[in-house]
Amino acid sequence: MSYWSLFLTVFKVSAITFGGGYTIVPVLKDEFCNKRQCLTEDEMLDIVALGQAAPGPIAISVAFLLGYKLKGRGGALLGVLAGILPPMITISVLYVFYEAFASNFWVRAALRGMSGAIAAVMLLAVFSMARQVLKKHKIFTLFLLVGAFALAWFTKINTAVLILSFALIGILVFSWKDRQEGGHKS
Amino acid sequence: MILWQLFVAFLEVGATAFGGGYAALPIIQNVIVERHHWLTMTEMTDVLSLSQVTPGPIAINSATFVGIKLAGIPGAIVASVATVLPQMILLFILSAILFSGRKLTLVDRALAGLRPGVVGLIAAAALTVVISSLFAGSSVWGMDFIAVAGFLLALLLRYKKLDVITVVALGALLGLLGGAVEYFIP
Repeated sequence: MSYWSLFLTVFKVSAITFGGGYTIVPVLKDEFCNKRQCLTEDEMLDIVALGQAAPGPIAISVAFLLGYKLKGRGGALLGVLAGILPPMITISVLYVFYEAFASNFWVRAALRGMSGAIAAVMLLAVFSMARQVLKKHKIFTLFLLVGAFALAWFTKINTAVLILSFALIGILVFSWKDRQEGGHKS
Repeated sequence: MILWQLFVAFLEVGATAFGGGYAALPIIQNVIVERHHWLTMTEMTDVLSLSQVTPGPIAINSATFVGIKLAGIPGAIVASVATVLPQMILLFILSAILFSGRKLTLVDRALAGLRPGVVGLIAAAALTVVISSLFAGSSVWGMDFIAVAGFLLALLLRYKKLDVITVVALGALLGLLGGAVEYFIP
């Protein structure tokens, strides 16, 4: 696969995949594993798993690792560029219209309907995420989840500080737990 | 030095948004809305809604939107690059180790703490979005009935497993209908 076709493929997928989050992953998988057959399904699974270990948008991590796997460091850079250009272009164009029409009665009405819809979508997403994380280590998870909510809602502590603390708590608690269990698998 | 401020702010967003999907939202709200006042809550909700019907991750969409609002195209580029820079640096360093197939116990432990914590943070951010969108009206009880209608419609349609893009787009349509009601029946 050439640099150019790597760029073009990621660019195309990024441009047609709406919504962010994991939505792009199955489309990339289809493109690189099934259509072009330059990655195996297992390699793709590894890439997605690794992508979750890094901060920032998952789509960009996957684009980076895909590029890295196929074409080395240059490919990684190209993957990221192809991943961020479509949303940058779209939002830049959209911004012009937003500035011009956001206070227009009809545009506002549409945005009000959308904001109600997104509020419901987010709320449901939170419930399904909570159900997902509560499958493992129930008490620890519930404690962290509720604690995080309370800290975010009632205090003005920097969100970045909170997030780094959660990581630290995870490392401390599970290192201690693994030692208690004598190196058993978690 | 607005470009520098944008760079630092979105570096923080990119470096601490763990977990994909809505994970960037609590940090964007904290850094961009509460600390810098670069967006109002309504604008942030608008960007969030638009993110669902346009390509790309929420973090990139927000970075482009805020960047272009404050400093034009250079601002959009600086903010978007800053958002993906932390993950790129981390992945550059890690990718050598990662692709050797070794398991990163430390990362797994950190993620075990991060995931529930981040869900708690997203829950708080989601509640803010719910309140700011549903209670933004000037009508009875301070409710915005168009947003409430969109909220209820989205709850129903998501329950029926309709995908997010369609749900949010239908929210816009419902908003227009509600607008027509407000316009013609004052």
